[in-house]
Amino acid sequence: MNENLFTSFITPVILGLPLVTLIVLFPSLLFPTSNRLVSNRFVTLQQWMLQLVSKQMMSIHNSKGQTWTLMLMSLILFIGSTNLLGLLPHSFTPTTQLSMNLGMAIPLWAGAVITGFRNKTKASLAHFLPQGTPTPLIPMLVIIETISLFIQPMALAVRLTANITAGHLLIHLIGGATLALMSISTTTALVTFTILILLTILEFAVAMIQAYVFTLLVSLYLHDNT
Amino acid sequence: MNQPLQRSVGGEPVCSQGLRPLCSAERETLGVRECTCISDESDGLLEFCDVPLKEKKLLEVKLGELPSWILMRDFTPSGIAGAFQRGYYRYYNKYVNVKKGSIAGLSMVLAAYVFLNYCRSYKELKHERLRKYH
Repeated sequence: MNENLFTSFITPVILGLPLVTLIVLFPSLLFPTSNRLVSNRFVTLQQWMLQLVSKQMMSIHNSKGQTWTLMLMSLILFIGSTNLLGLLPHSFTPTTQLSMNLGMAIPLWAGAVITGFRNKTKASLAHFLPQGTPTPLIPMLVIIETISLFIQPMALAVRLTANITAGHLLIHLIGGATLALMSISTTTALVTFTILILLTILEFAVAMIQAYVFTLLVSLYLHDNT
Repeated sequence: MNQPLQRSVGGEPVCSQGLRPLCSAERETLGVRECTCISDESDGLLEFCDVPLKEKKLLEVKLGELPSWILMRDFTPSGIAGAFQRGYYRYYNKYVNVKKGSIAGLSMVLAAYVFLNYCRSYKELKHERLRKYH
């Protein structure tokens, strides 16, 4: 049981070759492009969804922030599709790996912060001190705000990793419990199975919400800095 | 005299009376195959009985010729990439890029994905079978 629980999170390697590259690239197959005005149903559906999300997310930005639209839309599509594909049986979810999420969070956050420092230096530095703080508290508050700034990429990455990993672990555990209980007491197994169904629905929601939250926070950091 | 080709609804080549379609033996590219209408009377004269081995499709190759056919395939990186591209477009144009695409086009891809992942993790999964002794 101990070994089985975490084997699904090992990076897949086949004969020494990293299979994980193919698994990371697989969601791109599910988003075909089309040059036509009226395309097939699949592409039309995706274009509609993308338009909905981009309008909702990028309307708060000024023209400088809206240059990030492509980046943020690809981000939410990637995280959303990767998380949802991870809910299929036996599949590997790249977003459970902290390395990958750090690789996404740190460059995006750093890009937003450095843009802010380069273009609006005074305003960016002013973020370290909230308005209306009493004078004795200023040194402590600056330290706290600095720490809170540097923790943002870590929080982004760890939030995504922890949510997805915890969800997958719960599904494994409760599924295993259902199987084990079937021979002991069918009623309890049915109750556990209902819990499993509810949990799966939750996981679908979490998969999409986490993608949204990640992208939203990056967009907020961007908004502060453009 | 070559006549212009009409395609029926299913995409199969259709020629007018007295003509029959002759399609090239080359592989389909992006789902399109080169066809033309030729006169029916020239039966046997224009038909290529001896299509070169390289241009034959897999189902037309005889069993004895199979090893040499496989060795003649293009195994360069661009050849392999071309094979993947053709395979992708063949599936895409048949199941997704149609007027009334259904969920089946996507589900088949996801089912294949699940199956491949199962094969990949079979080594760990075989210990989880219901057996008295593992």
